[in-house]
Amino acid sequence: MSSFDADHYRVELQVNGEQQTVRVRAAETLLYTLRDHLGLTGCKPGCNNGDCGACTILVDGQPMKSCLMLTVEAWGKQITTIEGLAGSAVQRAFAQNQAFQCGYCTPGFIMNCEGLRHVHPQADEETVRIWLESNICRCTSYEEIHRAVKDVFAINTDLNRNLNTDK
Amino acid sequence: MIPFDFEYFHPSTVQMAVDLFQNLQRQGKRPMYYAGGTEIITFARVNSIQPGAVIDLKSIPECNVLAMQKDILVIGACVTLSALSEADPFPLLSAAAQGVADQTSRNKITLGGNISGKIHYREAVLPLLLANSRMVIAGTQGIRVTSIHKVFNQQMRLTSGEFLVQVLIDRDDVSLPFAYFKKREIGHVGYPLVTVAALRKNDEMRTAFSGVCAFPFRSAAIEQVLNDSSLPITARIERATGKLPASLLDNVEGSAAYREFVLKQTMADAVHRLERR
Repeated sequence: MSSFDADHYRVELQVNGEQQTVRVRAAETLLYTLRDHLGLTGCKPGCNNGDCGACTILVDGQPMKSCLMLTVEAWGKQITTIEGLAGSAVQRAFAQNQAFQCGYCTPGFIMNCEGLRHVHPQADEETVRIWLESNICRCTSYEEIHRAVKDVFAINTDLNRNLNTDK
Repeated sequence: MIPFDFEYFHPSTVQMAVDLFQNLQRQGKRPMYYAGGTEIITFARVNSIQPGAVIDLKSIPECNVLAMQKDILVIGACVTLSALSEADPFPLLSAAAQGVADQTSRNKITLGGNISGKIHYREAVLPLLLANSRMVIAGTQGIRVTSIHKVFNQQMRLTSGEFLVQVLIDRDDVSLPFAYFKKREIGHVGYPLVTVAALRKNDEMRTAFSGVCAFPFRSAAIEQVLNDSSLPITARIERATGKLPASLLDNVEGSAAYREFVLKQTMADAVHRLERR
């Protein structure tokens, strides 16, 4: 990364497989670079405080809250946003289970779940529970979200078995 | 959105970081060392801090070590809490790390950042206090290695320009029997009402606390009482509660009276668990 001028830095990022160069303030968080410089509005500003998870993206395969990362820290990293997914198994599971209401939190949940698939492809129910605690859904669609994620990992709880039988 | 500008540096050696800090300070730029940065970003966003420059330590190799070297577990200050619990070299530390914030945030929060932070819970320090760990600290005088008890008193007490590079823990201490309880007001994520970490070595129980007072601590006076097997547990707990180093925290997570109630119960749980083993 090189200093661009007195107040801005030139940062090269790999976003959804494409090389991008942005000119940002060092104090700018990745959330606003993705949204305002690159037009990737799938990562949502929620609390801006690392609490809600609506801005979750993947950085080198790990879920990261983009409101808690400076853009300059992401130099050379592989970044994936919800726009970088295309009909992934996680997206399909969310759609099939209607795991959303207003949908504002949905990209964050999906990216977190994508990260879980990457880090723990065989995640068990307890791991899913721990990871999903990173995201908040104000519409309280938790039941459907958990069901969708468990579908992705083929976790057969009694609840899932009953619900799948009803389909 | 952080409402002011600062300069960003990412040195690749310890010496470069120390030199940068000195130079930036001389220029009046109020530099801050930066690791995970979650607390700096959070406080900067609400204008609670206004650094003129941040020095990102994550490119320094020594700050990213996580390895058993001979008989010493070496943990770099920039190792994230999720990496720590995933590798699990010190189960009590893993338990403490997993209790901080949430899984995604732990991908960013570092060990050094957690214990050097200003938010008063700093729970990752509890296992380090119990294991009598040593701290590798860099500053203008070079590198020094010192007992955690000399630099952590309620909070990290480093001189200007110093930063934590690594934490060292003896191999014998990483697998000792332990108990770890974090009690929250509600749910599995959030600040503690009371956190009790306990570890048993040579039939002596060591205890450290967070959420009880306005700082994390380990107290010799409390350990002396809790290890007095001539007393029934209820009496030990009662006496231990009378030896807190400061008044009980009274905040939105819980009142002082409720914290005292939870503390007593949690201390009893820790003593029961370790005395059974």
